[in-house]
Amino acid sequence: MNTSIFVIAEHLEGRLADMVFEMLGKARAIADADGGQVTAVLAGYDVSSLTATLGAADTVILIHDELLAEFAPQPYVRVLARLISERKPGLLLVGSTSMGLDLAPALSTELDAPMISSCVDITTEGDDYVLTSQLYGGKIMTETAVTGETVIAQILPGVFRMEDGQKEGTPEVETVGADMQPEDFRMRFENFIKPKAGDLDITQAPILVSVGRGIQTQENIELAQQLADTMGGVVSSSRPIVDQDWLPVTRQVGKSGMTVKPRLYLALGISGAPEHVEGMKNADLIVAVNTDPDAPIFSVAHYGAVADIFDVIPALSDHLAEKTS
Amino acid sequence: MNILVILKHVPDLVEELEINAEGTDLDRSWMRYIPSEYDEHALEQAILLKEEHGGTVTALTLQIGEVEDTLFTASAKGADRLVRIEGDFEGISSRNAAAVYADHVRRNSYDLILTGVQAYDDLEGPVGARLAAMLALPYVGVVSGLHVDPTAGVVHLHKEYPGGMLTVIRTELPAVVGIQSAMKPPRYVPIAKIRQASKSAAIEEADAPADALQPAPYNIRRVSKPQSGGRAEMIEGSTDDIAVRLLEIFTEHGLVR
Ligand SMILES: Cc1cc2nc3c(=O)[nH]c(=O)nc-3n(C[C@H](O)[C@H](O)[C@H](O)COP(=O)(O)OP(=O)(O)OC[C@H]3O[C@@H](n4cnc5c(N)ncnc54)[C@H](O)[C@@H]3O)c2cc1C
Ligand SMILES: Nc1ncnc2c1ncn2[C@@H]1O[C@H](COP(=O)(O)O)[C@@H](O)[C@H]1O
Repeated sequence: MNTSIFVIAEHLEGRLADMVFEMLGKARAIADADGGQVTAVLAGYDVSSLTATLGAADTVILIHDELLAEFAPQPYVRVLARLISERKPGLLLVGSTSMGLDLAPALSTELDAPMISSCVDITTEGDDYVLTSQLYGGKIMTETAVTGETVIAQILPGVFRMEDGQKEGTPEVETVGADMQPEDFRMRFENFIKPKAGDLDITQAPILVSVGRGIQTQENIELAQQLADTMGGVVSSSRPIVDQDWLPVTRQVGKSGMTVKPRLYLALGISGAPEHVEGMKNADLIVAVNTDPDAPIFSVAHYGAVADIFDVIPALSDHLAEKTS
Repeated sequence: MNILVILKHVPDLVEELEINAEGTDLDRSWMRYIPSEYDEHALEQAILLKEEHGGTVTALTLQIGEVEDTLFTASAKGADRLVRIEGDFEGISSRNAAAVYADHVRRNSYDLILTGVQAYDDLEGPVGARLAAMLALPYVGVVSGLHVDPTAGVVHLHKEYPGGMLTVIRTELPAVVGIQSAMKPPRYVPIAKIRQASKSAAIEEADAPADALQPAPYNIRRVSKPQSGGRAEMIEGSTDDIAVRLLEIFTEHGLVR
């Protein structure tokens, strides 16, 4: 089987994503077991300094072009599709990230290569890669056997150990030109919009009382706020709460929100979808209250209760008040 | 401006998911389907754009589950044209769905095609990116805001990154955009208005191209519920028991004094 493994080394603002090391670690393990090679693919402009931490790879292919300075899907898909069709890796690992969500399906279509999303495990079996995906908000696992010249696996962040792919030292670097003109593309990067400071910083709070769709209405957030106040904590939330404009985006935990590591993360009416878990799974203590015994949050929490938050919040508030008075 | 919104139905996670006897798919016989959350945002964004710039909004679905309600709801919210592609599409792959949509887009004329960004049942990545690649159109996904400049024929897209960071990408029209969230929360329409739409609006039925559906380049071997290993220690008992135990745990961890 073809165990040449390519890993897309995505970066933003001069920093490689943690995801890159998670993927490199997994790629390394597969390659070592099957006598394969790991190649990190680093596309960008003046990013050669980033190769210094890619020691877990055997080689880095550095694609250097001004049009790759900041991410826009078209130029990236162009250079990556060309590279992959020339080098024909057996497996291409792409993060399930904002960039990876644009890249992987486009590459799959352009190269007519099979692609599987939301992967949490990869094994080999004969000529197949066997990929396990976590779907339905974490409620269903799907195991897929995939054959193809290049198999594209989109990997969920936070699943593989980052330390396994963290190795100092620059591997052999091959620099490749991209030979592109701005006129070749119908899109271009314009600018960054940085988050506004102002609201409190949930990444610094030792206690997060976090609400999900189970809280039902904006008014009910007050219940969580009172609990947080008694405990000396702060209210955070899952994405739907922010999408409803019930809380500002600064309170959002997860893939597109903040990554938090409080001493206590109290998840109230949060199902535990992978995009949420990505942002809170490293909290010291995770406690979840949810009416659904199958809620995936119970597999990341340390303690759980299958109960209605509208019963538990007031009861807990009462007992807290009693204790602290 | 003519906008196409592609709406997808996904199994409702509020219902318990069952797995078929072979263990290779969900048991879809009693499945309840709902519109994918991000598609509701895509529809909202399309209507916001229509309100701002004029034009038409077409809502397109494959025939999966009770899509009529979804289409009439879209009409009640302001969609002008409702199209349903007929066929047996339950469990269709993203690749094949994209091929069916591509055929529709080729036979119509749209300035902007909005899809959701990633449905939770999606095994093959966002359809929008595939559709765009098939049509050689630009695609940007994970978008949570956009400004169209009709005279220049471009759209400025806000693409999301972790921590509330956005980048702006300027893209020529026509383009395909994967919407993560609309610039306003999806509007609510009363049932009465949807019922009214079901009487006044017509659903156009279209056929899928014969060659669109290809066998998948993979084999789904096993569909299962996650192992309950590494599970939380569950607290049993009455509400009061739970509250008392939680307080104990918080105290043990030095979180309350
Ligand atoms: C590209 C992308 C990025 C994303 N980024 C993020 C992100 O940064 N953060 C994020 O959170 N999500 C993110 N998501 C969304 C994510 O996939 C989930 O949809 C989301 O996390 C679900 O939020 P929730 O758990 O609040 O809602 P739901 O999944 O609807 O869960 C609500 C839960 O509340 C429970 N419940 C209901 N009523 C009660 C009650 N009375 N008492 C107790 N429990 C109750 C239900 O059983 C259910 O488990 C992203 C998705 C995509 C595609
Ligand atoms: N049958 C379908 N399969 C996949 N995607 C679809 C389908 N129908 C519509 N889509 C659109 O593509 C978006 C991305 O879905 P997905 O590819 O499943 O992640 C959805 O939010 C829809 O807008």
